[in-house]
Amino acid sequence: MPIGKAHCDPTILSNEAVKYQNGQADGEYHMTSITDPPEGAFRLSMLINDTRYRSYTFQFIALVLLIAIMAFLGINLVRNLTAAGLNISYGFLGEPAGYDVQQTLIEYDSQSSHLRAAWVGIINTLLVAFLACVTATILGVIAGVLRLSPNWLVSKLMSVYVEAFRNVPVLIWILVINTIVILLPAPRAYRGETPDAEMLFGIIAYTNRGIYIPAPTWGAGSGVVVLVFLASIASIFFFRRYARKQLFDHGRVVPVLLPALAMFFIPVLLAYFVMGRPIGVDLPELKGFNFQGGTQIGRPLIALWLALSVYTGAFIAENVRAGIQAVSKGQTEAAASLGLRPNRVMNLVVLPQALRVIIPPLISQFLNITKNSSLAIAVGYADVTATLGGITLNQTGRAIECILLLMLFYLTISLLISAVMNVYNNAVSLKER
Amino acid sequence: MSDTPNSQFAFVRTEQLPQLAPPSTATGPVAWVRTNLFSNIPYSILTLVALYCIFSILSGFLPWLLNGVWTTSNIRECREVLDGVSGGCFSVLTERWPQLVYGLSYDRNEYWRPRLAFILLFIAAAPVLFVNLPRQMLGFTALYPFVAFYLIWGGTIFAPLMALVAFAVGYKVYSHLVAGSFAAGFFGGVIATAVMLFIGGFIVDVIAPEETFLSAVPSRDMGGFMLNMILGVVCVSLSLPIGIALALGRQSSMPIIKWICVVFIEFIRGVPLITLLFVASVVLSYFFPPGSNFDLILRVIIMITMFSAAYIAEVIRGGLAALPRGQYEAADSLGLDYAQAMRLIILPQALKISIPGIVNVAVGLFKDTTLVSVISMFDLVGMIRGPILSSTDWNGVYWELWAFAILLFFVVCYGISQYSQWLERQLATGHR
Repeated sequence: MPIGKAHCDPTILSNEAVKYQNGQADGEYHMTSITDPPEGAFRLSMLINDTRYRSYTFQFIALVLLIAIMAFLGINLVRNLTAAGLNISYGFLGEPAGYDVQQTLIEYDSQSSHLRAAWVGIINTLLVAFLACVTATILGVIAGVLRLSPNWLVSKLMSVYVEAFRNVPVLIWILVINTIVILLPAPRAYRGETPDAEMLFGIIAYTNRGIYIPAPTWGAGSGVVVLVFLASIASIFFFRRYARKQLFDHGRVVPVLLPALAMFFIPVLLAYFVMGRPIGVDLPELKGFNFQGGTQIGRPLIALWLALSVYTGAFIAENVRAGIQAVSKGQTEAAASLGLRPNRVMNLVVLPQALRVIIPPLISQFLNITKNSSLAIAVGYADVTATLGGITLNQTGRAIECILLLMLFYLTISLLISAVMNVYNNAVSLKER
Repeated sequence: MSDTPNSQFAFVRTEQLPQLAPPSTATGPVAWVRTNLFSNIPYSILTLVALYCIFSILSGFLPWLLNGVWTTSNIRECREVLDGVSGGCFSVLTERWPQLVYGLSYDRNEYWRPRLAFILLFIAAAPVLFVNLPRQMLGFTALYPFVAFYLIWGGTIFAPLMALVAFAVGYKVYSHLVAGSFAAGFFGGVIATAVMLFIGGFIVDVIAPEETFLSAVPSRDMGGFMLNMILGVVCVSLSLPIGIALALGRQSSMPIIKWICVVFIEFIRGVPLITLLFVASVVLSYFFPPGSNFDLILRVIIMITMFSAAYIAEVIRGGLAALPRGQYEAADSLGLDYAQAMRLIILPQALKISIPGIVNVAVGLFKDTTLVSVISMFDLVGMIRGPILSSTDWNGVYWELWAFAILLFFVVCYGISQYSQWLERQLATGHR
């Protein structure tokens, strides 16, 4: 049947069309006009029943509800604040804090302002989060790889580690490790002719006040050594790129390892001795009742750092295991059949594909570490929750302001980390056509 | 066939020999040890290191556990009994058991009530957890929140009864209106419930008797592991429907609703739970009408529920996104409206995909209930850190208490995750 005739054959028209045709005396009709709405007949019930307007109705109701709830909360807030004789003001941030902080990376004393105390807290948060991210990643990768090992005992041991740490609250682990550090020998145990405790390798002292490690001292001219060091790292990086380019463009294999090692050590050692050995080591020493010199890693920092590392390490181990298992065996076999050696198979084929799976959850674990570091308050580590949300809040009574600032800080961090993750995901996502 | 080429050979075996046993190094325990533990030199070293680790852990742990003292009344007696032998003072657990489980001030004579509520929890949860149990048991599950509230908090029986009536009325209105459209039924039910709760509040105030069958227990008396259980169970069950609603809202094509949900979810997920608990303890009361008196446990429940709802919403959103587009289109082409499509086609599949994630959130939430000890509520961790470790009787008994807490949480969380793996296998309908 020719297509053109279909319009003239009333038997294949739908019922509506037939009705429409019968209703319109002139017989002139279009298929498309059937679905057109009747003009100018807006009824109120269409706000609910007509799909074109219904979404506006719902959104309007939601907006009104939201505004009503906000207004209700806002009015309550204003009434409660006036009843208590309070107001919202951030002037307290400029006032002297009046409390001391144990471990600070920036200059701070009890006369510094509350704002300064908040900065101390923020930097401490970032410090413990950074340290814990590094160690948790190392632990997690080792445990995740070992869990896949064909060695039965080791893989079972790692499953026990993962299950034990994943299924117990991190707060309990923080408190347990804090207890372990408390039960370490006191500094006085290191005194006397036959001390009860000995320093590890003679340079690291572990006491119930924290661990004392050697600290570098920066003399005149040490800046030059550091600069040379950075320059040699950069040149190793560029040398590797050059070697790679040579390999890909001309097929020439340029040896990398030995020149890189030479570039790493020789310039720095030369600069070190030329500048007259400006960088020294400050060893911790027992003086009186406590250790002097070196760097003290305080007890709360150790408890928080180790607990976050082992707890999150267990989660990362699972991510790593999942990532490695996600690379199908065929990939390894295909690479092997191309003649790649096992370490090349790992480096060039398996790892790049596994990392695509591992990195996104890994980054959200880093975010979890940052958020969980707020549990510092349980062991007395001066992170931002303990300074701004703890002592400052209690001293000034500015609960709303303090907690708002606190949330703002964590929100900024997590949005930043999510942004990084999105950039990464876009960079590694499979380019599909 | 007689003069086959065989005849030129002196001997040809006509029957098959029985198989020889494989060499002893290829079967049995020896072979297992060789392949699994000592297959090459690096693995052998690893095995030895692991054996040493296990040995050093067990050599410290086993005497401590086996020589443990269970019946003394304080740490000095315990140390006398031990007399220098290494062993644990587990008597702290037996002596402080009620405090660890029920908190400091729950009335000793009323312990049967939370115990009963705990046992009933299993009966109520059973039909939800195991699909092949009779569906009539769900009736008890619906009753359970009211029963448990009455048992644990006590007071007048009219309060939970009125709430039950309100929800029953809401359900009636819903089932009456849902034939017309799901939205009408849903909102009608919610409004009817709210109105009935409001009216019921006045009625209960009027008719509540002075003397009640079960004495009322104020919320601040809740403590110990019971508090963790209450917070965990209540918040997980409340946050599941809220999480589903938020996830659907985030997927919605209506921009205002979508952005409300996105902002809520991203805000909650961006801040640590502890700041939300601070909000519950010091800020939230500013936002309630002056003179109203929400107790701390209720405020904490509100905040933790919001917290876990945001995480559950993200998990379910993942499930929704994982469904192939064809499912949505098939539902549309069947002529189902939004509510029907979601209820009958999309959500059953999306929720099935999200089960592992939801269980992860539930386990995480249950672990996070220990954080309330930071805002000076005496849950299990709070009890251990506060009243028990600082008492003169048990000052210095760390490991026994922490081991107990670790064991308790491990058993519950590991149990839940094993259940979820079992459920995943049950629900796996895909072709393998």
